[in-house]
Amino acid sequence: MLTISPFDPAHALYDQVVPSGESWMYPLDAGQTLRIIDLEGNQAVDTLFYNAHDPSERYSATDTIRAQSHLYLTTGTRLMSSEGRVMGIITADTCGRHDTLGGACAAESNQVRYALEKRYMHNCRDSFLLALASWGHGFDKRDIPSNINFFMNVPVTPEGRLTFEDGLSEPGKYIELNAAMDLIVLVSNCPQLNNPCNAYNPTPVRMLIWDAA
Amino acid sequence: MSEFSPNLIVLEDHLRGGESLSLVLRRGYSLRLTDLEGGANVAALFYNAEEKLERYNMADTLKAQHIFYLTQGYVCYSDMGRILVSLTADTCGWHDTVCGVSNAALVQEKYGEGSYQELRNDFYRNGRDRFLIELGKWGLGKRDLVANVNFFSKVAADAEGNLNFHAGFSPPGAYVDLRAEMDVLMVLHTCPHPLDPGPRYAPKPAALTVWESGPGGDPDDPCRLSRPENARGFVNTTRHFCQSHRH
Repeated sequence: MLTISPFDPAHALYDQVVPSGESWMYPLDAGQTLRIIDLEGNQAVDTLFYNAHDPSERYSATDTIRAQSHLYLTTGTRLMSSEGRVMGIITADTCGRHDTLGGACAAESNQVRYALEKRYMHNCRDSFLLALASWGHGFDKRDIPSNINFFMNVPVTPEGRLTFEDGLSEPGKYIELNAAMDLIVLVSNCPQLNNPCNAYNPTPVRMLIWDAA
Repeated sequence: MSEFSPNLIVLEDHLRGGESLSLVLRRGYSLRLTDLEGGANVAALFYNAEEKLERYNMADTLKAQHIFYLTQGYVCYSDMGRILVSLTADTCGWHDTVCGVSNAALVQEKYGEGSYQELRNDFYRNGRDRFLIELGKWGLGKRDLVANVNFFSKVAADAEGNLNFHAGFSPPGAYVDLRAEMDVLMVLHTCPHPLDPGPRYAPKPAALTVWESGPGGDPDDPCRLSRPENARGFVNTTRHFCQSHRH
């Protein structure tokens, strides 16, 4: 569902551009709102959430799908944790559909999907691993479950085929979510060069945070 | 040669409804899961038994094969681009990959109170707790719990992405064969599917049969030929396994 946010970027308490191929790990307090803007269109923003006080509780794609009995994310979607609790709610969305089935690209999955020679290419899982290692506090590879891909369109057919369609996103489209608990947000702004979904052109995104209204 | 052969059986076991089990299935062995009464749900997670940080990856499995469900001819990928198990036979036709498991709150909400104090070993067990119990036996925990496969359960999506659970999809006697391509820690339970709309807590049993099938990946292996991606997956798996097992 397409919905526009009332928040004004001029009043944001945080405003940062994240280039493609970079990670972004940042706390988001309960009540705060995060907006991710797809600055140039059809950029994949691979995203995970952790409970800031107990990161073993984390975003769960299966709980999110199961709780909604629905595959795609948009306004009103409750982002569920591995403990079955609401971590956040999508409160605005000018794109209309976001994926949580496709996961993150990795050196190894790129080898399988495209060619064994693709191992050297930068990928989201590398960004996740480096961000988690740099953050410390015991984070490691075990803390990488299936993620959200904001702005990606991965439709499933009634016959059960998974298809990678051209994105629905365009320059300036955004997603906004309101945190229901104190969170740590982990983003990899996807560097994938092998997939037409981003026109083989990874681009920057912009992060904005507002305090509770 | 991965066809089922009674002469080569090394293990026969049985799970009651709501029970859980973990076992290592070595490369070259296959496990047949049988839905004894129809309508069973066997939830499964797979780990590299040698290095359990390597685990089944739902997203990599789906996107490598452009599928949303599993059946004969498909494989389950780890997060390291290797094949943990191949589905060499399947009389059921659809196994759910995206709905995860029930938890204590969901089971109580759907079925009411079902405590051990009251019901003894018929108490209402839930999927998440069963997985945590089995994982705990191997030194694993919450952080190792990822999206699982639900064998024998069909959940399809309509064009808008709404999910529909197909009640009674799996007939009595339906089976699926899983061939281990690495040494795989398998964690299984038979708790009801989280979207099963049945009003009564009535988990169904399943039979387990392990036989020495030999590994897959031959040039004419249907699981290798089903997708060009899978040929590369088998190459990755062979490279890894040959490095770590010289015999």
